[in-house]
Amino acid sequence: MIQFTDVYKRYPSRYEALSGLSFHLKEAEMAFLTGHSGAGKSTLLKLIALIERSTHGQVLVNGQNLSRLSKGKVPYYRRQIGLVFQDHNLLHDRTVFDNVALPLVIEGEEHREIGRRVRASLDKVGLLSKERSLPIALSGGEQQRVGIARAVVNRPPILLADEPTGNLDPDLSRDIMQLFEQFNQVGVTVFIATHDLDLVQSMPHRQIAIQNGRIDSRMSL
Amino acid sequence: MKKRFSFYIGSYLLRHLQSMLFSLGRLWRQPFSTFLTIGVIGIALALPAGLFVLLQNINNLSNQWDDASQISLFLKQDLHENQIKQLNIYISSWPQVTETNYQTAEQSLDEFRELSGLGHLLDTLPDNPLPPVITLYPQNENLSADDIRALLEKLAALPEVVQAQLDMEWLQRLRSINKVLARGVSLLALLLSLSVVLVIGNTIRLAILNCQSEIKIMKLVGATNRFIRRPFLYTGFWYGLLGGFFAWCTLLFAMSMLASPINALTIQYASDYQLRWFAGALLLYLPLTGLFIGVLGAWIAVGRHLNSIEPN
Repeated sequence: MIQFTDVYKRYPSRYEALSGLSFHLKEAEMAFLTGHSGAGKSTLLKLIALIERSTHGQVLVNGQNLSRLSKGKVPYYRRQIGLVFQDHNLLHDRTVFDNVALPLVIEGEEHREIGRRVRASLDKVGLLSKERSLPIALSGGEQQRVGIARAVVNRPPILLADEPTGNLDPDLSRDIMQLFEQFNQVGVTVFIATHDLDLVQSMPHRQIAIQNGRIDSRMSL
Repeated sequence: MKKRFSFYIGSYLLRHLQSMLFSLGRLWRQPFSTFLTIGVIGIALALPAGLFVLLQNINNLSNQWDDASQISLFLKQDLHENQIKQLNIYISSWPQVTETNYQTAEQSLDEFRELSGLGHLLDTLPDNPLPPVITLYPQNENLSADDIRALLEKLAALPEVVQAQLDMEWLQRLRSINKVLARGVSLLALLLSLSVVLVIGNTIRLAILNCQSEIKIMKLVGATNRFIRRPFLYTGFWYGLLGGFFAWCTLLFAMSMLASPINALTIQYASDYQLRWFAGALLLYLPLTGLFIGVLGAWIAVGRHLNSIEPN
């Protein structure tokens, strides 16, 4: 589903974030991406979401070669990927419902279908009763769950999360991770960047560790 | 799931309607800054439109006087009534002349008294100071300016005539002035339209800066540039449309202020000229022009900034 082959990413400042990285994530697999801050976790996720492009090497996602994808096709490509961020990235002047509906509105989905899918998604993350609230009125854990509901509302085959539990206490973090596991069980490929090693080791999933822009094979399981 | 073609058309129109109303709602929530922008656009549109109205009125007025290029013959005061009548008949038989009109000294005096309001002053004079006048209308269509000048000289050479005066030079000057004004108004209109584009462009630019994080998030969940651009284009659409209406109202106000003094003026010139300001046409064209310029300005501003905002 996600395949990196000898991928380099060099920034204009000559800083090399990724140096010859290769790995393969199969369809419906769930994996953690670990490493110290600055190891290149975020850069790797940005390459998958096409927020940035690799300097060298091949990135294949869902059968598409990302270096051959033209600028105009990037938005349509991104619709296949649900993105979850540490700082949620919610629109604060719109209700929870409108935030979760955004990907469907962008795709031009039918009005009735939007309502149905948004409520199903909010129900899944346990926030159906808060659909009319503004994000500011929710706790950090709830905001993160709104972000997850938005990421899965259009049923993307891939779910990427960048430090989704970074600001949450251990109990809430576990809840969030279990939520990701549930999506994985229905066939979604889930890839989560985190530095919370205790949490990662308590779960039976593959671990891809990177250090200085390379796969750290001693730490990877 | 296969969807019908009509569904796509319907949802396309629905999306446009949504962003149209969405951007109107956004303007409504910031009434003060919205009003300022609309005011600037309205005044910038009203100025060239007002000048245009002025120009059209001057044109109409001078066209009305087109046939009025006339020659006044001021006659000697000691002529006998019969002599003048014979002269009148003689002149009207000339092929260059279409119509003549004889006015006795007394009639001239009455007319002057009526129009000038200086009647009591005239009563103090011992004699009537005004001469008898024959007014004649040359055949405009067939005569060149040189022919008219020749006719004028021939008339002035008649023994009964003191002075022959062509009342047309000022009309030609007015026409030349009109042409200069028209060119100036076009230039001014162009400059002001440009300023409307800049005003709207700048407003949209500020709106985009305010929405930068929103645009980033929309891009992250897969919004196309077209989707993001749409509400901004409709913002320009509303600014332009409302600015156009504002311009029309400004003109309406200005015209109602001008109507009564102009009426008083035309009465003094014994004319029934009515000030025309093309209310119906302007009600159509001002909002349309504003709308076009508004969308154009928004397009330029959004295009410049959308590409520079990429999620990072």
